Amino acid sequence: MPKKTTQAPSLHPPMLEVDNLAKYFDVSKPLLARVIERLPRQILKAVDGVSFKIEPGQTFSLVGESGCGKSTVAKLIVGLHKPTRGLIKFDGSDVADAKSSAEIAAMRRRWQMIFQDPYASLNPRWRVRDIIAEPIREFKLAFSKAEIFDRVGALLTQVGLSPVDGEKYPHEFSGGQRQRISIARALSSNPEFLVCDEPTSALDVSVQAQILNLMKDLQKDVGLTYLFISHNLAVVYHLSDMIGVMYLGRLCEVSSAKELFHAPQHPYTRLLLETIPDLEMTGRVREPVGGEVPNPITPPSGCAFHPRCPFANERCKSETPKLTESSGHLVACFGAEEGRLPDAKYTAPKQAAAS
Amino acid sequence: MALLEVENLRVEFPTRRGTLLAIDDISLHINEGEVLGVVGESGAGKSLTGASIIGLLEPPGRIAAGQIRLDGQRIDTLPYDEMRRIRGKKIGAIFQDPLTSLNPLYTVGHQLVETIQVHTDLTDKQALDRAVELLTEVGIPAAARRIGSYPHEFSGGMRQRVVIALALCANPRLIIADEPTTALDVSIQAQIIALLKKLCREHKTAIMLITHDMGVIAETADRVAVMYAGRIAEVGPVKNVIKQPKHPYTVGLMGAIPMVGHDVERLTQIEGSMPRLTDIPEGCSFNPRCPKVMKRCFTDRPDLMHAGKTDAACWYYTKEKTGSKEKAGA
Amino acid sequence: MSDNPLGVSRPESLLHRIIDSDIFYSFRQSPVVMLSAIVTAVYFLSAGFAPWVAPYNPFDPATLDLMDAFTPPAWTEEGSTKFLLGTDDQGRDIFSTIIFGSRVSLIVGFSAVIFSMVLGVGLGLLAGYVGGWVDTVIMRMADVQLTIPAILVALMIDGVARILVPVHLRDVMAIYVLILAIGISDWPRYTRVTRGATLVERNKEYVSAARVIGVRPIKIMLRHVLPNVLGPVLVLATIGLALAIITEATLSFLGVGVPPTQPSLGTLIRVGNNFLFSGEWWITLFPSLALVMLVLAVNLLGDWLRDALNPKLR
Repeated sequence: MPKKTTQAPSLHPPMLEVDNLAKYFDVSKPLLARVIERLPRQILKAVDGVSFKIEPGQTFSLVGESGCGKSTVAKLIVGLHKPTRGLIKFDGSDVADAKSSAEIAAMRRRWQMIFQDPYASLNPRWRVRDIIAEPIREFKLAFSKAEIFDRVGALLTQVGLSPVDGEKYPHEFSGGQRQRISIARALSSNPEFLVCDEPTSALDVSVQAQILNLMKDLQKDVGLTYLFISHNLAVVYHLSDMIGVMYLGRLCEVSSAKELFHAPQHPYTRLLLETIPDLEMTGRVREPVGGEVPNPITPPSGCAFHPRCPFANERCKSETPKLTESSGHLVACFGAEEGRLPDAKYTAPKQAAAS
Repeated sequence: MALLEVENLRVEFPTRRGTLLAIDDISLHINEGEVLGVVGESGAGKSLTGASIIGLLEPPGRIAAGQIRLDGQRIDTLPYDEMRRIRGKKIGAIFQDPLTSLNPLYTVGHQLVETIQVHTDLTDKQALDRAVELLTEVGIPAAARRIGSYPHEFSGGMRQRVVIALALCANPRLIIADEPTTALDVSIQAQIIALLKKLCREHKTAIMLITHDMGVIAETADRVAVMYAGRIAEVGPVKNVIKQPKHPYTVGLMGAIPMVGHDVERLTQIEGSMPRLTDIPEGCSFNPRCPKVMKRCFTDRPDLMHAGKTDAACWYYTKEKTGSKEKAGA
Repeated sequence: MSDNPLGVSRPESLLHRIIDSDIFYSFRQSPVVMLSAIVTAVYFLSAGFAPWVAPYNPFDPATLDLMDAFTPPAWTEEGSTKFLLGTDDQGRDIFSTIIFGSRVSLIVGFSAVIFSMVLGVGLGLLAGYVGGWVDTVIMRMADVQLTIPAILVALMIDGVARILVPVHLRDVMAIYVLILAIGISDWPRYTRVTRGATLVERNKEYVSAARVIGVRPIKIMLRHVLPNVLGPVLVLATIGLALAIITEATLSFLGVGVPPTQPSLGTLIRVGNNFLFSGEWWITLFPSLALVMLVLAVNLLGDWLRDALNPKLR
């Protein structure tokens, strides 16, 4: 359930602040091929100027379809990619300022990541207890074997498994159980900030419910801040405080969860909300907008959404909109700026009667 | 008489550790022009059901019992060649991954024309025209130009449209669609679902839509069958199954799905997980996890029985006179 | 994604797990493979316990009697049960020479394989994980070497070493030089396979998870990636053993392998060759058969292992 966003002005700096973050990949063909075929260099702008803030204790979700760059943003934040441009500030300090290995390690201990594929995120040759203990050993948080295994046992219990599961190998567990192990590993260094890259997309619905409930419980018990990446709008609705919608490497709209679903501003947000299936069986007729996500290597000029946008004008084709304030949301749309957009027609389905 | 009738189907997998029963005595039917959703989680057996119907069950799996009838004619006992003729002509198929459903070495046009000519008597020119027609119908822009393109030159959504065109080539009566939208982006999913609905209305083709995504079912299906551990737990009109589920598993499943506008602190959690094929419990296979379990559930397996507007395989809804009301609990 | 739907709850002990596994099952199904395994085991054991297994020590001059020379095998007319497979020109029991010869062949072959494996896997891990120009350099070196026949490489290294090593140490060093030569001739195969497997594993999320917590690349390569790429490497090693034994035999046959004081099967074949046309056929035949049996058994085992470990065939 989306929580209130009107918080008292916090004395703490934001847990995470990202400013004009960008990541370009060089996907050109090898030198020889380029020379012979006279091809230009090809640059993939996976993330192209993304800025947002996450307050402590919040859940911030990034949604979008494939190629929008949300996974790349997650990887940039945890250090799996080096940014081409832009600033990442964790708890008020620039992550690039940490130079000595002690400083870097101290910083790294405070965040962790959970991945999408439960089958590839655990080393099949390691026992579960060693997988979970790896951050503890790496950050030197405990030394004796007994201490470490005690901690691993406690973590396994915390995520709903049993301490004896530590002896087993990953292939003895189901997908949902493996995600629990991943969560236990992520918690073992006592982090404050968790980046979750589509953690439930590969799971069955009933298992997903278990994992989402677990994540909510842990957030309350341990006091975590989440950056949650997903393409599933219903999950995002259920879990988030703030939501950022991405398209082709840029943010289209950032707002509180309730506001986003109640009155979506950006035309792409409206398109996404149209795709939510009618599980309330209201008989609502969907009007899917046509077109597909363009190739990110050759994005459209100006606003990347203009070829599919019913409200695009000449300005949209030549200039790139920036995130600006509009009706309480941050929206990157000239239509919103110029007040050309009609009121959002989408309304969240009414609360279901008790079944 | 229904277009497709499946009666008491059993599918087994002999392994060196014993014979596994993957589908245990299910019966369903699809009427002409209707969309039947078959929904379930991983391991429930829904893909196997589709594969058995279309005759693509991978050995060592085999149909151990039951009948499958298309237009009254038995198709589960047909020899390979005859089944091959039925496949494509009367039953079409759409699978999950558009990348592997198309042969990367041949152009889209070649594959369409080849399929058309296998099932009809059209000449090369006529088949090519029909191919362009089909591509336009499934919404591929500039179809006449794109007929000479290779599959890798299309995007994911476009490829799936080509696969749908291939399935519709010979005007089949029934299409088996196994997770046709799972690998696609949400906006493309919505487009493909709308396309399937439109085509089936226009061609009066029935669809068996196999998926784990209740949302797709809600948008597309007329009726839905919920599968659990190789059996059907509940079946009925889609509106009733989704809004007023009767079987405790369906109730739990619907409660576990997060819905926009539905503000809950926690999602419904069904404890435990679907049993492994080697460990299916006696009686009703859901009994270890069922909040409404009764004594009878541990010994007798329930058949589908009337439960309001749907049919549910649950002793809770039995109309048999048992004297005093059975209380819950073991 | 129902993982392990056919699974039984796994028994506890390692022995149980091996006996119950699919690999052991496929092993039990194939009599040829079981026979090959037994043969290979016999060779290894007899080589290891040679002084106790062999009826005589053929390289101890005190036990030799020239009067016994050129005795044919025991089942022929002039043979004697004292020398099961006959004797050679010095009166050495062929059966014993085969046992001691296999020992040398196996030691050289095994050590060469270990050398190739360590070198090849190490380079493969580096090439696959680090990528970039490191990858390019290593793979081009491998490509260049693969264009030269392995025997030639071994010969070249052997030749260079002979020049470098002082004369009085030559015999002592000969074995080590030989191991080095054969080892270096075979590393590209391991590198290629390891690099491919590393490229696959590197993109998996468990590697990313380790990188997120800041584990150093060397540690990731050795503790995370290496255990997962060893499968195909083991198959290569088994086949590599056969190759190494043959290479050593060839080199010894050519006279540039082991020194005459420690003859291997190849040396025995060469020596026996001289007597082939004068009618003492057994001196070369039996060592040749021994070599063939060993290499065949090891090859068959390697083939089976490759099929058993191939997840697509399971």
